[in-house]
Amino acid sequence: MADQQRSVSVSNLVKRFGSFVAVDHITFEARAGEVFGFLGPNGSGKSTTIRILCGLLRPTSGEAYVAGLSVAAQPELIRRRIGYMSQKFSLYNDLTVVENVRFFAGMYNVAGDELRRRLAWVLEMAGLAGREHSLTATLSGGWKQRLALGCAILHRPPIVFLDEPTSGVDPLARRRFWELIQQLRSDGVTVFVTTHYMDEAEYCNRLALIHRGRLIALGTPAQLKQSALSGDLLLVEAIPLGTALEVIRRLPTVRDAAVFGNALHVVVSDVESGGERLLGELTARGLAGVRIQRIQPGLEDAFVALTGQKRENKEVIDPKSL
Amino acid sequence: MNLRRTAAIARKESIQILRDVRSLLIVVSMPAMLMLLMGYGISLDQKHVPVCFFDRDSSQESRDLLNRFRFSKYFGFVTATPTYRALVSAVDSGRCSLGLVIPNDFAERMREGGTVALGGIVDATDDNTANVVFTYAESVIADFSQSVELNYLERAGLKNAVGTLAIEPRVWFNESLESRNFIVPGVVALVMAVIGAFLASLTIAREWERGTMEQLISTPVKPLEVTLGKLLPYFAVGMGDTVICILVAVFWFKVPMRGSWPTLITASMMFLLTVLMLGFWISAATRSQLLASQFSLLATLLPSFLLSGFGFLIAQTPAVVRAMSYLVPARYYVLLLKDIFLKGAGMASEMWLLVALGLFAAFISFVAMRSFHKTLQ
Repeated sequence: MADQQRSVSVSNLVKRFGSFVAVDHITFEARAGEVFGFLGPNGSGKSTTIRILCGLLRPTSGEAYVAGLSVAAQPELIRRRIGYMSQKFSLYNDLTVVENVRFFAGMYNVAGDELRRRLAWVLEMAGLAGREHSLTATLSGGWKQRLALGCAILHRPPIVFLDEPTSGVDPLARRRFWELIQQLRSDGVTVFVTTHYMDEAEYCNRLALIHRGRLIALGTPAQLKQSALSGDLLLVEAIPLGTALEVIRRLPTVRDAAVFGNALHVVVSDVESGGERLLGELTARGLAGVRIQRIQPGLEDAFVALTGQKRENKEVIDPKSL
Repeated sequence: MNLRRTAAIARKESIQILRDVRSLLIVVSMPAMLMLLMGYGISLDQKHVPVCFFDRDSSQESRDLLNRFRFSKYFGFVTATPTYRALVSAVDSGRCSLGLVIPNDFAERMREGGTVALGGIVDATDDNTANVVFTYAESVIADFSQSVELNYLERAGLKNAVGTLAIEPRVWFNESLESRNFIVPGVVALVMAVIGAFLASLTIAREWERGTMEQLISTPVKPLEVTLGKLLPYFAVGMGDTVICILVAVFWFKVPMRGSWPTLITASMMFLLTVLMLGFWISAATRSQLLASQFSLLATLLPSFLLSGFGFLIAQTPAVVRAMSYLVPARYYVLLLKDIFLKGAGMASEMWLLVALGLFAAFISFVAMRSFHKTLQ
């Protein structure tokens, strides 16, 4: 299938609810066959964007193209070519597994032999073989999630939209789900997924970081991690941690510092001099158990740095520069 | 419009209806219960009307007259009051529905061959009842008058005299004058309107509340397919309910069914379509089960009760109200029911009413379909 028919492109998309701007001039492109992630905290505009792309909400302004079709002008045609899994894995709880599959197959005109094949595939993929006649209400999180995914792609769409597909699901099930997504990608499907789990974002080919309706960064996970920080990252352990944080924040070479679990992540302009200076200061103040180590930034560090920068500079990082 | 998608929706809806045991019980037992409740509970008949009298004459003739009241099937116990004031207070307090005052020259005037006026006091706070009671009283008195005249003529030597003009009332369509016969058909309409709209009003709103609607509208399904698919099972259930109501009316309440069954079924189907679509419209517009159920009750129970000709004769209402009643689908259905049951009407004579009902069905269906939007806002 041509690349354009498997891609999503968005240009200056805006969505307002009254005076509240949920989506603020977002521009990006999800290319054919990649796993594109929309990463951001709750309320940042991820779900709103995905709903616009699936034709469930009308954009206030801007343009969006899914599978080469305009979202504003041809939403119905788009619906045939996409699969959508809503945030609440909306399956019919009073229907059995098979009845749900048959229903969505009916919606997407999947019938006959193809229906038999897809039904068998869903049961196997979700691990529900032998439980076809259980009521969906009796399934727990992971099973429901996989069943919902199955129901969304019965018609083998070239583009799939998943809105927080792993929310409320245990880590093992989450891992298994991402393996399924990778499998989809290897079949050539473009997967557009929103999530607020930073660790999952690592599985994506490219990421867009969303914060308060704005796209603050765009690139591969590696690119984001490298370029987001304006310095080097140090892991600092000390007791008591609170005092250490206060001390560190006042040092001139420190760009940013934040608590990460039992330690601090500190951004310094230069690791050698900065690191030694830090060690000196903390020891001088009489803090115990001081340990400093250079680490590679994770996505969370990138995100914190980017939103922090944004707070200071009120500037958006140009996606094209990444 | 795609048949496979419509069928899939209809199948899903049917499964959900059958699996929801509580709703199913309501749907099956409610019509019968309401029919029995209202059929027995509402009666406009006046039987055994209690009468009080103040007899100033106490003659043979006055006692004759009062005996006629006693033995009439319309009137119940007939009690004397000692004074006029006591009579008035008896009527006021409701112990009697009719108060009779017989003047002291009653017998004397009658023997002289003149006319006598009796006083009658009726509590007219209930207008309908008062009229009915007065009419009963007048017929008893007319009977009495006539027999007095005949007696007089016989004694004057004319044997085999007959009254000059005998008025024999012949009641059409409801010979036993059972108010039940014209109330029960109205109850059928009321029950169908309430249950039909109520059930339909929950379905779309429920999907919005549960989140399944969001998933559904992301598929290629069309609003027409959703509406039609959901309509089919509820239509089947509704027709089942209508049949139950009609069976209760005919076999339990023994309302005569003289008209054509096809016309009855056609009228019922059109009315059912109208109330179901009304429910859908409310459901699609409110997207909330609570709001939808309240609105649907409001939109069906009150108009059907007050403005359909069921409880109150439309002709007796003010012009403004009468005009409003033309907007109530139940009005047409109640007329159709009464005509078919009691007057033996068929397609030909009811054509205008059927057309009106059909127009309602078409209009509300159109509005309902247009109100279902495939967007979240």
